[in-house]
Amino acid sequence: MPKIYLGIDVGSVSTNVVALDEQGQVLTTVYLRTRGQPIQAIQEGLRQVVATLGKDISVAAAGTTGSGRSLAAVMVGADVIKNEITAHAFAASFAVPGVQTVLEIGGQDSKIIILRQGIVTDFAMNTVCAAGTGSFLDQQAARLGIPIEEFGRRALESRSPVRIAGRCAVFAESDMIHKQQQGHPLEDIIAGLCEALVRNYLNNVGKGKEILPPVVFQGGVAANAGMRQAFNRALGTEVIVPKHYGVMGALGAALLAREMRPAVSAFRGFDLTGREFRSGGFECQGCANHCEVVELREGRQVLARWGDRCGKWSNAVAV
Amino acid sequence: MKVTFPHMGHLWLILKTALEGIGLEVVVPPPCTRRTLELGVRHAPESACLPLKVNLGNFLEAKELGADTIVMAGGVGPCRIGYYAQVQREILRDIGCEYKMVVFEPPDVHFSEVWDKVKYLNRRPWQEGVRGVILAWQKACAVDSLEQEVQHLRPREAKPGQADAVFQQALGELDAAGSRGEIKKIVKKAKSEMAKIPRHGGGPLLRVGIVGEIYTLLEPLVNLNIERRLGALGVEVVRGLFLSRWINDNLFKGLLPLPGHHPEKTAPPFLNHFVGGHGWESVGDTVTFARHGCDGVIQLAPLTCMPEIVAHSVMPAVQEARGIPVMTIYLDEQTGEAGLQTRLEAFVDMLRWQKGRKAAERRGTYLQQKLFQGAENKCQKFT
Ligand code: SF4
Repeated sequence: MPKIYLGIDVGSVSTNVVALDEQGQVLTTVYLRTRGQPIQAIQEGLRQVVATLGKDISVAAAGTTGSGRSLAAVMVGADVIKNEITAHAFAASFAVPGVQTVLEIGGQDSKIIILRQGIVTDFAMNTVCAAGTGSFLDQQAARLGIPIEEFGRRALESRSPVRIAGRCAVFAESDMIHKQQQGHPLEDIIAGLCEALVRNYLNNVGKGKEILPPVVFQGGVAANAGMRQAFNRALGTEVIVPKHYGVMGALGAALLAREMRPAVSAFRGFDLTGREFRSGGFECQGCANHCEVVELREGRQVLARWGDRCGKWSNAVAV
Repeated sequence: MKVTFPHMGHLWLILKTALEGIGLEVVVPPPCTRRTLELGVRHAPESACLPLKVNLGNFLEAKELGADTIVMAGGVGPCRIGYYAQVQREILRDIGCEYKMVVFEPPDVHFSEVWDKVKYLNRRPWQEGVRGVILAWQKACAVDSLEQEVQHLRPREAKPGQADAVFQQALGELDAAGSRGEIKKIVKKAKSEMAKIPRHGGGPLLRVGIVGEIYTLLEPLVNLNIERRLGALGVEVVRGLFLSRWINDNLFKGLLPLPGHHPEKTAPPFLNHFVGGHGWESVGDTVTFARHGCDGVIQLAPLTCMPEIVAHSVMPAVQEARGIPVMTIYLDEQTGEAGLQTRLEAFVDMLRWQKGRKAAERRGTYLQQKLFQGAENKCQKFT
């Protein structure tokens, strides 16, 4: 039975699964919308892995990452639980050995990771500002009535991008509307928006960081040719978009799992796609914190609890 | 007169003893919780920094318990905390919450300024009052010594939370203690219990220094329990700022022979001047931690805190010159636990990675596996 390594990245926007063979080659990747239902997304992701690779596989190790990493880890039985930054850095340096800068822009957040000689030396993360994330680009594409796939191509047609204030999503949007009404051609506005987002990213997330080549650009937004071009121009160097740019978190988690090589994997088997998991929550009345405790159940059994500040609930279940 | 005061970590225990020592009836505000924060945020100006908001919440909650007088520390110098007492008084008045306020400030002219205020509050013959203050001081030293023990144990204990449980228990006992002998006994008992806690004997530990604005350093509600989170990630936390030292530096003007901060010696050439709050100390302590072999430094500050912003801006130079990674975290009521946890984990991974390489360079091999050593799966605990 061929051995595989699984990586699962559960984010608020997307849930991705990657399966690697023993050499670290990507066998299959799955990209799904989380739609606020991480449990279903994880199950569906695993189902698709089995659908592509067949039932005749054994999982040698599994890793999880993303904001839902703990939930995913308990559900599938993970050997490694890693934060997004480490996972992304790991994947980038595997895809592009010697990488010194990783720019990552996903659906909900963006980050920059600085590596020197294969080791992370600095990073920054932006989770509060919507301008400069995939969701904002999606929104603007929809508002302009252009499919997001075409958005980047249109940006490349521009000869003189207009300058758009990109400090914050609200300003950027109103400034774009203003520029549209002034009669600027659409492609110039789109290209201007890309430049504004890149400026915003470099000023906020990349502030004070030394961006040296090779620069890897990954995350869903890296699909956008307009954004790539804007980065190339702003940095004066060609950014590299790795083949699996959209699922680098999951790839990193799988690589980290492979690196760990546990004697016996904690993976609970693919049949968990058929089991019934439920997550629920309640507000603890134990003190004035009123923590919102979240629990993951399989059937009647409580698998794990999170969200309590005092440890009263999470200590109550043996994970 | 029923006096109350703002919370700041374990300060309540010390203040309560001192104030009771001079014969006052004391109302300790309920421990800081999300409700405290919500109350404060509701009534404070949006752009004020977090300490003001939480303090305001403390006062409102203490009022519910019948307090009528506030004793608090003010500040001098270029930090707005100096005005917070006044701002808070106005806000409280506006919402119809009447309080008398006694504000202690670092005496800039003479120690008698502090003395006058003590005289105003004092209800007992002064010998007794002095006894109470000395008792409070002894408690401060006891709390600090136990807390250092906890910081040492957190990354080493097999099951997270055990050292903290002993510590909490001891705090309760210290609160009730009435003499030096009792305090000594409590400390001894707690330390021997801590010594019995099983340890995991895992891989090499990282040491991380934390610096920054005092309130964010000392109040767990505000820093989202950062020390416990780091402990659970296998990191030993060291901190330059402890209550006993702060009390000595600020209220006794360094009269007591304690190791104080000496930013004037450690911070230059990066920062040559007092910049308000603890900005100067943040830079100085970072340099000290680097010298003492810490693997990294985390700077904590309330969002928009001016002194810490100044310190933050010179950190890249310190990092570069002293070769120590520094991560700055700004905290406000919007700070999410998930985001903080991710940053901490990533920072710890980064330090572990770098440490692994440094060790490997010495041995001539480089093991990526370093990344997996330590308390790998414990991070679940706080997420
Ligand atoms: S879980 Fe703990 S901290 Fe949270 S409300 Fe309940 S008792 Fe309070």
